[in-house]
Amino acid sequence: MNKLKALPKPVKLAFWVLLAILAYALPILEPPIISTPGVDFGGVLFVVTMYCLIALGLNIVVGYAGLLDLGYVGFYAVGAYTAAILTSFHANWPLLLSLPFAVAATTIAGLILGAPTLRVRGDYLAIVTLGFGEIIRLVAVNTEWLGDRRGISNIARPPSVMTGEDGGVVVGEAEPGLKGIFEIPHLYWGDGTVLVDTEDTTQFLVFGVLDQIPYYWLGLTVVLLVLLADYLIKNSRVGRAWEATREDEDAAELMGVPTFKFKLLAFATGAFIGGLAGALFASRQSFINPDSFLLLFSILFLAAVVVGGQGNRWGVLVGAFLVAYLPQRFRDFDDFRVLVFGAALVALAILRPEGLFPPRRTVRAKQMEHELEVLETGHDDGEEAARV
Amino acid sequence: MSDATTPILEVQNLTLKFGGLTALDDVSFGIKEGEILGLIGPNGAGKTTCFNAVTGVYRPTSGDIRFQGRSLTGVKRYRITQLGIARTFQNIRLFPSMTALENVLVGADAQHKTGMFSALFRLPRHRAEERDGHERAMELLRFMGIHKRADELAANLSYGDQRRLEIARAMATGPKLICLDEPAAGFNPQEKVQLMELIRKVRDRGFTVLLIEHDMRLVMGVTDRIVVLEFGRLIAEGTPAEIRDNPAVIAAYLGVDEEDAS
Amino acid sequence: MEFDYQFLFSNLPELTITGLAFGAIYALIALGYTMVYGVLQLINFAHSEVFMYGTFATLWTVWALTGTGGGVGGIQLLLILLLGLVMAMATSALIALALERVAYRPLIKKDAPRLIALISAIGASFVLAELMGLRDKVTAWVGLDDDLDRYVSGARINQSMASVVNMPDVNIGGLSIKTVDLLVIAAAIAMMVIVDQFVRRSKLGRGIRATAQDQETAALMGVNPTRTIQYTFLIGGLMAGAAAFLYMLKIETTKFDVGFLLGVKAFTAAVLGGIGNLRGALLGGLVLGVAENWGQALFGGEWRHVVAFVLLVVILLFRPTGLLGESLGKARV
Ligand SMILES: Nc1ncnc2c1ncn2[C@@H]1O[C@H](COP(=O)(O)OP(=O)(O)OP(=O)(O)O)[C@@H](O)[C@H]1O
Ligand SMILES: [Mg+2]
Repeated sequence: MNKLKALPKPVKLAFWVLLAILAYALPILEPPIISTPGVDFGGVLFVVTMYCLIALGLNIVVGYAGLLDLGYVGFYAVGAYTAAILTSFHANWPLLLSLPFAVAATTIAGLILGAPTLRVRGDYLAIVTLGFGEIIRLVAVNTEWLGDRRGISNIARPPSVMTGEDGGVVVGEAEPGLKGIFEIPHLYWGDGTVLVDTEDTTQFLVFGVLDQIPYYWLGLTVVLLVLLADYLIKNSRVGRAWEATREDEDAAELMGVPTFKFKLLAFATGAFIGGLAGALFASRQSFINPDSFLLLFSILFLAAVVVGGQGNRWGVLVGAFLVAYLPQRFRDFDDFRVLVFGAALVALAILRPEGLFPPRRTVRAKQMEHELEVLETGHDDGEEAARV
Repeated sequence: MSDATTPILEVQNLTLKFGGLTALDDVSFGIKEGEILGLIGPNGAGKTTCFNAVTGVYRPTSGDIRFQGRSLTGVKRYRITQLGIARTFQNIRLFPSMTALENVLVGADAQHKTGMFSALFRLPRHRAEERDGHERAMELLRFMGIHKRADELAANLSYGDQRRLEIARAMATGPKLICLDEPAAGFNPQEKVQLMELIRKVRDRGFTVLLIEHDMRLVMGVTDRIVVLEFGRLIAEGTPAEIRDNPAVIAAYLGVDEEDAS
Repeated sequence: MEFDYQFLFSNLPELTITGLAFGAIYALIALGYTMVYGVLQLINFAHSEVFMYGTFATLWTVWALTGTGGGVGGIQLLLILLLGLVMAMATSALIALALERVAYRPLIKKDAPRLIALISAIGASFVLAELMGLRDKVTAWVGLDDDLDRYVSGARINQSMASVVNMPDVNIGGLSIKTVDLLVIAAAIAMMVIVDQFVRRSKLGRGIRATAQDQETAALMGVNPTRTIQYTFLIGGLMAGAAAFLYMLKIETTKFDVGFLLGVKAFTAAVLGGIGNLRGALLGGLVLGVAENWGQALFGGEWRHVVAFVLLVVILLFRPTGLLGESLGKARV
């Protein structure tokens, strides 16, 4: 990362563009080792983008503002249910129209939950949010208007862009007969050879039932946009206010930061992103029921943020990738998935308490601490550990 | 300096109780614009409590605090700062994992209005405030002599630099009155003298200063007037010369702590 | 949604007693959360699993002692009760100690961020629950599955034991009340009182309170923090084991994931009473149990858990530090 910083601007830009192109091309390349045998690779990647989105949103709440939220899945559910109700269960809106309503509903939910609870101490927030996540699910389970246990199906998909029978461009629901404006062949990795497989293609911008790669592209695009927004906000008065509040709430307040307002803002922003992810997820699945929003997911989301290194957006993305991808990649060990995941969390916490990729400043602070310690005690930490 | 006779801050019959303990008992004094007022007294006299009442951390049990004629009772803490009262802390309270520059920027943001929307779309207000904030912050860091460490994490600064950074952060909030709670605590004599020099310069920039300091000699040297507290009560008020000869003050200090008076 | 006032009011005493029985179990589990939180400021997420292992210890003990049939009496009943309780408490205590050793102590040494300790707790919780849920596969690996078949089969479904306490309902003032409920309430409250007195009066208890207040100062005054933390986990584990035993007397079935919801409820109870406050845990547990049972009668069973969480949110709004206020260290002596 440091080396990258030193490069001239055009080179840096080129690097990022290349990385983005690679990310978009990933499901087409289907590189061995990385691609997932037995499960649709595009689908897995789509789920990864959803986790990335959620992790970015939760990182604002947990990593930047320091608010422990154990019920983030609640926002995800509000977004998903709003989209589901508006596009299928109680109305017939197109997805794109329902999206703003979904995120608005989620943001409002965030404000309603945050306004009373953000005044109580941090640890209580954890349990209150946990309760909120569970209440949302239980309400869904018990309310017929929300489809109760049976859930809601036929949720609208994003509009597809296709070539019509007359050769013109058609925008609308994907239809079996119609093809995209162009199609992209996948690579096939044989024994030591790489072929372009013209049989196996992806229709550009056709959001159908089988091929999930267009959804992945959509998800990735949203992630990139949110990433940009995250960068812009973090490097501003808002981002500084969040961090100051996290570091020392009283001192921040006495330095003129309206901490409550900013905590609420962080909460609402997190909710916004969570709701967006929920709506996209509902659209892709086309079906949701309360089991899609178990408390367990809140825990997984939090794990994604903390594993990567809370407060560092890149670390958080890596964390999201690991949490979403590893269980899919190693499906053979299906039964042992949760067990291994749990053990990995413990191991990680013990071996790398700052997360895999802590913010650079944390690294610097720790280094300094270590240096001071060496200066003070006159010997290295290692020796000390050996003696104890 | 407008009218030198109207106090910028008036503490009126301030009483503050913690349960059974009366930390401040009917204390009244005023600070004139542009002066350096020393607040002294033995340990536990109620000096920090007085700061906390002024900056809104504690609510007075009775009495009032008026800043530029306006009562501060019930005003939110961040509002009080925005109105123009800044402070430092007896136990350093920086934002440890933010850089020195960022710490000062948070202070400067007190007078800024940029919200989510401005930041997201990089509107002119964001750009202007960001530029202004950076300039002010760097200037203040230079003023305090710690500009070379601007990119260092606050936690990694030396103790003295952390104290200096706190003053810079307080000044960045654009205050009219700046309250320093034992800014020289833990300094060696030479550093103390330098700091007092600096405090005088702070005043010369147009700030009014309220200073808590244990070292009698230093307080005498730098302040225009001194207020003495003992057990929560105001026992003397006057110029340094008057305070030096005040028998009540001498008794309070002799009875308490030789080291502090050295 | 219908409100069944009629049912609630006509059955109020019975509903209250059952609620108290549930509440007493919550309270016993809450004790572990509240003590660990008081000392370490850590939400010991895996405490629910400590409880879950206790339920299995009880189940297997009863199976081993009674064969398939239930309905024992006299000395045999007493023996089963005693041995079941001892096994459950021992098992839970062992798990709690192991948890402290493996998942927390390395972190405390490194002075890790608190959130990371929570992640470690969550991970440990997954591991413990899944080990139980995969016990058939794990034993198959070692080749013991045939010998232990009865104990390891059906690893992911409910396993139940026959009623141990088969006494007739007690009749008090025209109300017929289940013996088990009374037993559960009495035992739980007795144990809470013992722990409370222990923490208040014993030297160890003083150490725990001192550490909760200020670990560094306590250490300087000669309180060994590692030992103190160990004892805190030990006491929490013992109580979770007792709770598990009482739970099994009342509910009679268990499953590898039974801890999760109960853990959340117990933690809610701890927060409700004021986290870090032992008497708060008891009060919080009882209030929660009763409120839930009333709520269930009023709104229907499916809203039971919603009632619990709404109650929590409402109480925190009006009393941000819980019913009795927080802190083990500040506990009034
Ligand atoms: N939050 C509080 N709760 C209870 N008592 C308090 C609180 N804050 C201060 N006190 C008490 O009020 C009295 C005055 O304390 P204060 O900190 O204002 O003294 P001080 O003059 O600043 O002393 P020092 O020179 O040691 O800084 C002390 O007896 C102190 O113990
Ligand atoms: Mg003081």
